[in-house]
Amino acid sequence: MPTRIITPPLDTKTIESLRAGDEMLLTGAIYSARDAAHKRLCDLITAKKPLPIDLSGQILYFVGPTPARPGTIIGSAGPTTSGRMDAYSPILLEKTGLKGMIGKGDRNSTVIEAMRKHRAVYFAATGGAGALISQCIKKSEIVCYEDLGPEAMYRFEVHEMPLIVAIDCHGGNLYLQGPAVYSRAK
Amino acid sequence: MREIEYQAVVKSVKRLCIDAAYFLPEDVTTALDKAANTEESPLGRTILGQCIINARIASTDNLPICQDTGFAVYFVDLGSDVHIKGGALTDAIQEGTRLGYSEGYLRKSIVADPVFNRKNTGDNTPAVVHIDMVPGDVLSITLAPKGGGSENMSRVAMLKPSDGIEGIIEFVVHTVVQAGGNPCPPTIVGVGIGGTFEKVAYLSKKALLRSIGSKHPDPAYAELEQTILAKLNASGVGPQGLGGRTTALAVHIETFPCHIASLPVAVNLNCHAARHASITL
Repeated sequence: MPTRIITPPLDTKTIESLRAGDEMLLTGAIYSARDAAHKRLCDLITAKKPLPIDLSGQILYFVGPTPARPGTIIGSAGPTTSGRMDAYSPILLEKTGLKGMIGKGDRNSTVIEAMRKHRAVYFAATGGAGALISQCIKKSEIVCYEDLGPEAMYRFEVHEMPLIVAIDCHGGNLYLQGPAVYSRAK
Repeated sequence: MREIEYQAVVKSVKRLCIDAAYFLPEDVTTALDKAANTEESPLGRTILGQCIINARIASTDNLPICQDTGFAVYFVDLGSDVHIKGGALTDAIQEGTRLGYSEGYLRKSIVADPVFNRKNTGDNTPAVVHIDMVPGDVLSITLAPKGGGSENMSRVAMLKPSDGIEGIIEFVVHTVVQAGGNPCPPTIVGVGIGGTFEKVAYLSKKALLRSIGSKHPDPAYAELEQTILAKLNASGVGPQGLGGRTTALAVHIETFPCHIASLPVAVNLNCHAARHASITL
């Protein structure tokens, strides 16, 4: 059972204690961002303009939720494929102090190297479990880029969101280690 | 000639969109239950357990199973003795999609242009509509909303006839293993074999509609399905690509005759949230 609870902002000591395969629960504030929001953030960095939010020590959740029904906090809110953010994540890790990412699927070597260099962690949430995860979101507000619709950046307050450390800052990668354990292929 | 009201089609399609998003078909929940009992990886069992609870929450709380409520893809069998009164069939399907995605609080995931204007159309249209003319006076509509994560990992290969069965197996297994955790395994693997470049892709998507646990009517293809499934589940990819013995829930093959020079093969992956809903009017 995952019992360890972590809360952003994440410091280097916490990040260095995490290992690929660790199960944990996340409680605290996180920010959503998909492809379009990532592109805007990186365009601002390239243009040396200020960002709409301070990402130092923070966690980005790669998600585009379904609209909330009236009277509810949020709709279904599971992770999207992280590989599409690989083009942007190294810039954010280097320039903003971003310390964590939540998504699904493996990351490329450039991202993994940037995570090692800037001490950051990548968590997997269960893809296709958007209804389950929505129950962990206790508060939701749009921070910026509302014009992007489902790709707007939200600030979520989550309570005990179940996560798995997929790639740690030491180069440990459960997308390689896990399948190696269970492979029967010759 | 039997007449069906345009508005009756709109209403039915709207219902299909909402039902498909909220309610996971029983064959899929049964397959997930079975996998949760046989999976060797403790983490894999945890993930499969989350998928099962997720489907339960979605159906009781009227929440989409997955936030990616997909591209609306319709397979329509239109009886040649049916006339849609008051408008065109495709317009009715688009209108129903618009209403379903809006009233069901589903995510709108379609941009107007793939390159120069990636602006959200705001209502999840246009839908993709495949229409087959069939004998009779009945209209059947199946909706299979398709998420981007699994669709992006799908592939077509124009193999040489000499590549044979081994070539087919290698291509399908390679495609699924390369996809890793991206398509949200355990997946349903739709395989099209034969036909032409566009036909084989269509077949691979249509293969996803078959009920999990059903066998191909031709014993040779039924055996090929089992051979590929066993190889996929020996790959170690596992639930969410994090390691385990449940990489795919099923392999479904659809075939079509093909050219003397060709052996087209297509793989269309579907995530474990394998949603579809049908109605007959």
